[in-house]
Formats: sequence, structure tokens, C-alpha cells
Amino acid sequence: MDQVAASVMVDQPTHTITLTVNKITYELKVLPWVTLLDAIREYIELPGTKKGCDHGQCGACTVLVNGKRINSCLTLAVMKNGADITTIEGVAEDGVLHPLQQAFIDHDAFQCGYCTPGQICSAIGLINEGKATTREEIQELMSGNLCRCGAYPNIVAAVQQVNGKL
Amino acid sequence: MNNFTYTQADGVDNAVQEIAGHSEARFIAGGTNLIDLMKEHVMQPEHLIDINSIHLNSIEFLEDGRLHLGALVTNADTAWHPAVEKHYPLLSDAILAGASPQLRNMATNGGNLMQRTRCYYFYDTTTPCNKREPGAGCSAMNGYNRIHAILGTSPHCIAVHPSDMCVALRALDATIQVKGLHGERLIPIADFHRLPGDTPQLDNNLAHDELITGIILPREHFTQHYKYLKVRDRASYAFALVSVAVVATMEEGIITNIRMAMGGVAHKPWRDENAEQWLKGKPATQENFAYAADMILQDAKTFGTNDFKPALAKRAIVRACREATNIG
Ligand SMILES: Cc1cc2nc3c(=O)[nH]c(=O)nc-3n(C[C@H](O)[C@H](O)[C@H](O)COP(=O)(O)OP(=O)(O)OC[C@H]3O[C@@H](n4cnc5c(N)ncnc54)[C@H](O)[C@@H]3O)c2cc1C
Ligand code: SF4
Ligand code: FES
Ligand code: FES
Repeated sequence: MDQVAASVMVDQPTHTITLTVNKITYELKVLPWVTLLDAIREYIELPGTKKGCDHGQCGACTVLVNGKRINSCLTLAVMKNGADITTIEGVAEDGVLHPLQQAFIDHDAFQCGYCTPGQICSAIGLINEGKATTREEIQELMSGNLCRCGAYPNIVAAVQQVNGKL
Repeated sequence: MNNFTYTQADGVDNAVQEIAGHSEARFIAGGTNLIDLMKEHVMQPEHLIDINSIHLNSIEFLEDGRLHLGALVTNADTAWHPAVEKHYPLLSDAILAGASPQLRNMATNGGNLMQRTRCYYFYDTTTPCNKREPGAGCSAMNGYNRIHAILGTSPHCIAVHPSDMCVALRALDATIQVKGLHGERLIPIADFHRLPGDTPQLDNNLAHDELITGIILPREHFTQHYKYLKVRDRASYAFALVSVAVVATMEEGIITNIRMAMGGVAHKPWRDENAEQWLKGKPATQENFAYAADMILQDAKTFGTNDFKPALAKRAIVRACREATNIG
């Protein structure tokens, strides 16, 4: 188990929690107001998950918690004690890109790339949910991820390439 | 965020006892509204009681055939639950019209009922707001009020309740089940949320020491004639400017029963029983729906940037009613 020490001020109500992120279990000492996003980026030092708005409005911070996509900026790390989390760093296996990562390359589905980790984690969640088949349904169920570069048509094409085939 | 302490409740009674003993404590469920407001310093609880380990996370039929939705079931699991999809498709549609898939995976049924207004000035702690600070004044009244209310307003507040789910619950006549120190209480959805009056700081009638345990849906199902219509500034992932939930029963083109609830127009999901009564026994026609819509909006009051809303609301009512009754 990896030990991650968060900077702790004296007399602060720290909580000791464990988070399994990309199959590695970390023990963290966190203050209650540390969001899951900050725990992942700052304490576990996996900066692939991005902070866009920090208010649930953009989807850049999307990760999978127990297989479900959520906005990590609007939950607290303490609330996720014991959870199994997958971030963009954990989607490739044995050095082989996840089919969605490959599809994003095939379809040129990003420009700056800032939204991409969230887009890919969200698309994995969408495919797990199994509710989208048509292009319109994919558009609607990917609407929680904004792309300020406007790569939307290519993102939808990338998701379509993989949807139903995992 | 301000500093706070955190505990997890392991049962309903334990949660209620803990909140009763601490006036500055709040429950936290999905966190999607509360954490947002805490980051903006709009809400600054000293203590959070995490209720996610309380077992209120199932959807089950009661013996009398009504459906009980646990307060901690997520909005996504509710919308996609087979019993909800089959018997209350209006509710599924309304939930799926709100927020985003990620948010719906976190947001809970109890939290959705309790979510606070999206009034820009309520969120901006540098501007006066009677809901945040009673007596300070209302910045929206003479400010930018595109998303604000047109019905049931008061000189103290013109905010709207932003939920989609609650508009469907109002049309379905749901009941909110709550538990406090002194036992259980059932609150009809019509009486759950409040109009602002001279206490705009109160969004609803839940007491500080009460926990929402569930939502009960009546046996009436309305699976044939229903529509949730949401009008907003972009196609998805935006709050309603106006939304309409309609359920009806019909016999040979005649409306035998109809309920219409509206979102985005008032401090609570809005219903006008007189207009519904007027429609009963009448044919489902464009003209009749337009007449009912005029009745519903006759007392509308606008504030400048929301002057467009009564016309939009009328058209939305007519369209939702036409689609619900299959007249196109
Ligand atoms: C970007 C964004 C867009 C959104 N768009 C929409 C939209 O289009 N339509 C829509 O309807 N909603 C929308 N929402 C709001 C979302 O639906 C709510 O934030 C959510 O339903 C709140 O549920 P929660 O479980 O996360 O509540 P929390 O944030 O955990 O809690 C909210 C409040 O409810 C209280 N509470 C929670 N559970 C209980 C309980 N069981 N008993 C008593 N009190 C309780 C808490 O103390 C807190 O005060 C949006 C939110 C965001 C961030
Ligand atoms: S409308 Fe209500 S919430 Fe908005 S500024 Fe006025 S008092 Fe505050
Ligand atoms: S950073 Fe979480 S939604 Fe934007
Ligand atoms: S690629 Fe730049 S924000 Fe999406």
C-alpha cells in the first residue's frame, strides 16, 4: 500500500482513508474539504484528470467511481473512502491504448487536449451504461463534457467507433 | 470552502439525532449542489453529516401498489429503474432532461428536492440577496432576471426552483416522506416547496432536524398521455427557462383528467387546478389548450429581462398538451 502524506496543519480534523486508483490502493490523510479531484491530482499525483470549472459545469474532471462516471470536483475524498477509481492514467492496459484512446487518435478528436481525459472517461461510462445507440443519443449522453476547441463532431465519431464493441 | 468537520451517519435515527444537536450542520448526499455552494461561500456549514451509508437506496412497491423511491437513490438509477420507466415515464423523462449523466450519477432524489435556486445574485456573495441574507434586498428585481420567476413572486424574492424532477413529481402528485426527532411526516409535494413571501430564506417546509427518507408515487400511472417539455438556452446540460410536465387521460378525444405543472416560472413547481378543471370534459384542441394557458398565466408579472417568459410559457403549455394528447 502506498502512503501519501497530505500537508496537514496542527489541530485539523484529518481523516485517514483508502482509495484504490487504477488498481493501486493508496492510504491518504485528508482534511474533509479536499475534493476527490484535488486528492487525485495533488496527493496521489495523477494530473491526467483535469480541473476546468471546479463547479460541475464542464466534465473535465470526470473519473469512474466503481465503474460509474462522475464529476470528481463535486465530491469529497472522505466520501469516497474505499472506492475503486479509474482515471485516464488507468484505462490503457499492458501498454496498449484503450480502444477509445485509439479512436480519439483515429478521428482527430481533440485540439488542445484539455477536455480529452474527461471525454474518454465519460465515454467509457456511457458505454458501460449501454443507453446510447444512435448518434443523437451519444450527443445527448456526452453533453456533460464541454470542449472549448469544438472538436464535438470528431469526439462523437470516436465514441461511435467503439460504442457497442467493448 | 470554509473549514468544517465531517461524520458519517449509519442510520436514519442517528442522522436525525446528529443534525438536531447542531444548528450549523447539514446533510450531504451527492454533494453536487452543496459542495458547489460551499465553494462559492454561499453556504458555510460547520459540520457535514454524510448520509450515503444510510440504507435508503432502493426503489420498491408498497403493499398498496404505490412506488417508494429511496431518498439516496441517484437520479440516474431512478430514471432508469424498470418500474419508473414502465409506470412513470414522465418522471424518467424529466430527470433525464436535467444536469448531465455524470451529475445524475451522483445527485440523489432527496438532494434534488432540496437543491437551491440558480439565481446569479444568490451565488454572488458581493451582491445583496434576501435569500442569503434576509433584509439585504433583492438584486434580481431590478437587475438581470432572464431566469427568474413570473408567478407567485414577492417583493422580497423572484427566484425559481431549478429542478426538473420536482416538476414531474408535482404533476404526478407525489408525497415526500420525512423523519424527524418526533417521528415520521408525509408532505404532499404541493406543500413541500414554498413561495418566497416575506421569508425568502426558506425554500421549503422541511425542518432543520428532519431527513427526507423517500418519495412516494401514487398508483395512477399515466403511461399513455404524458409529456415533459423543457425549453432552455442550449440543447442539453442547461437549466430550464420554462418547463412543462403534463399527464392526462382521454376518452375519444375528450380530456377526462389532466394535470399540468411548470418549472422555471416560480419559487416552486407551479400548478393551476382551475385551468386543469376547465379542461376536463373538453376536447383536446389547440384552442382549448391556449385558453387554459391564458388562464395559468393571467397573473404573470415580469421584471424586464424576463418579459419574454409569459409568451414562452403559454406556447410551451400548448405544445406539451398537444404532444401529450397526441394531437401533434
Ligand atoms: C452544472 C449543473 C447543472 C445542473 N443542471 C440541472 C438541471 O438541468 N436540472 C435539475 O433539475 N438539476 C440540475 N442540477 C442540480 C442537481 O440536480 C442537484 O445538484 C442535485 O439533484 C442535488 O442532489 P445531491 O444529492 O447532489 O444533493 P447535495 O448537494 O448532497 O445536497 C443538497 C442539499 O440537500 C440536502 N439534502 C440532501 N439529501 C437530503 C435528505 N435525504 N434529507 C434532507 N436534506 C437532504 C443537503 O443538506 C443540501 O442542503 C445541476 C447541477 C449542476 C452542478
Ligand atoms: S431573486 Fe431571490 S435569490 Fe435572487 S437576488 Fe433576489 S432575493 Fe436573492
Ligand atoms: S472541473 Fe469538474 S466539472 Fe468542471
Ligand atoms: S480539445 Fe481543447 S477543450 Fe476539447
